[in-house]
Amino acid sequence: MEITIGAVVQGGTSLGYKTGTWRDERPILDMEQCKACGVCVSVCPDSAVHVKGETYIIDYDYCKGCGLCGYECPADAISMVKEEK
Amino acid sequence: MNNTSVMEGSEAVAVAVKACRPHVISAYPISPQTHIVESLARMVAGGELDSQYVRVESEFSAASVISGASAAGSRSYTASSSQGLLLMTEVFYASAGMRLPFVITGVNRQISAPISIQVDHQDTMSLRDSGVIQFYVESSQEAYDTHMAAFKIAEDPGILLPVMVCMDGWILTHSYERITLLEQDEVDGFLPPFQPVNSLDVNDPKSWGSYAEEDMLMEFKYAVHQAMQSGKKRMKEIFTELAQITGRDHGGLIEAYRTEDAEFILVAMGSVTGTVKEAVDELRSEGKALGLIKLRCYRPFPHEDILNAIKGARAVGVMEANFSMGSEGAVSMDLKAKLCGQKDAPLVVSFIAGLGGREININTVRNIVEELEGVAGSDVPQLEPRWVGLNTDILPKGVE
Ligand code: SF4
Ligand code: SF4
Repeated sequence: MEITIGAVVQGGTSLGYKTGTWRDERPILDMEQCKACGVCVSVCPDSAVHVKGETYIIDYDYCKGCGLCGYECPADAISMVKEEK
Repeated sequence: MNNTSVMEGSEAVAVAVKACRPHVISAYPISPQTHIVESLARMVAGGELDSQYVRVESEFSAASVISGASAAGSRSYTASSSQGLLLMTEVFYASAGMRLPFVITGVNRQISAPISIQVDHQDTMSLRDSGVIQFYVESSQEAYDTHMAAFKIAEDPGILLPVMVCMDGWILTHSYERITLLEQDEVDGFLPPFQPVNSLDVNDPKSWGSYAEEDMLMEFKYAVHQAMQSGKKRMKEIFTELAQITGRDHGGLIEAYRTEDAEFILVAMGSVTGTVKEAVDELRSEGKALGLIKLRCYRPFPHEDILNAIKGARAVGVMEANFSMGSEGAVSMDLKAKLCGQKDAPLVVSFIAGLGGREININTVRNIVEELEGVAGSDVPQLEPRWVGLNTDILPKGVE
């Protein structure tokens, strides 16, 4: 990075920074149990839960595995499992 | 240009701000600043002023609103005082770092505790390290004129920093003065629309004040300092340009009043300089070689101009309506630092005067000058500030 006036730089660069590599636990969403309430979408600090039509999808590129979604899900539809490589 | 009327100091500022056509004004009430934003609110509500008027829930938000508005390319403004300015402090540091050129009126008022609404300069001077440019004015007319210059200075592509116009609460904001106004076309000619270097744009997203680590942060800070330092010349040009339009020359970064051949020189800022000028005239007529430096610009500190004006003086007395606890008055600290190591440097004495609205009249100034003459002969460095008119009878037990 160069020294710009006011440290103004290109925005939206976090898209290219895949924070998903930090994860040590992976949230698994079970659509069978999901009640489509949207709580997980609103609590995720990384905006990593998306709604696609009728389905809720977790974007593992950015999910850092904090577990908030699983903790808050009223239907116990999200379980956290150990991330293994 | 013969548009003169009698108005309250706050109204004069509001009229000046209106003429500068701000896009966004944020407002949170605190005395003695409130009349300014009240007047602006009336202008917006009455359709005389086409601005977004944002009422917020705290001064932190007031500063944040104009910071964001400025990043979006809007000319933006707010005013505050005392605790309110302190609450804005975090945003001021960030805004200066992000090079956002908004204007704030800092209406001077003491800081708690004890709680007081009276005037001194502790509030605005506590912001001295933030990167906000600061001007201090003697009269409401000077406040009116300085606000026009403030926007132009802030938005100058070589400067790009927030500018604060500091004016004494009550003494200026709540007293009535004859104000000569500029015509709108004169203001428009002097202050063209704001041309931002960067502005928020959904189609080209940018991030302000981006992360900088140990390999870069120092360079960003240096760039802010340099914008202030090299901006001094531009500020003086802008003041001169404005003076040509108004016919009123308040000076550049300082006003040197009868300092040629002066043996003793006082330094002061704000409305008290009017009283000090009277005292200088009186003492001059009694044969004393006395002068005054009115510090119009506190940040950047115009040491070049001050050093030039005090050349040949025996002693300089700095009248300070501020105090840096555990040290002395803040202006003396700057001045002593810049004089250190200079050949034939005059003695500098810090006089703490006017804290919490304590009256300063011509006799107070006479006493200061007498004390200054007394210590000037002794040639001993003056390490302790002098508290003018301190009533030792009412000090708590055990305080010497
Ligand atoms: S685990 Fe945390 S980061 Fe991942 S989807 Fe759930 S809330 Fe978002
Ligand atoms: S919080 Fe649970 S039930 Fe609600 S949408 Fe998310 S997964 Fe489904």
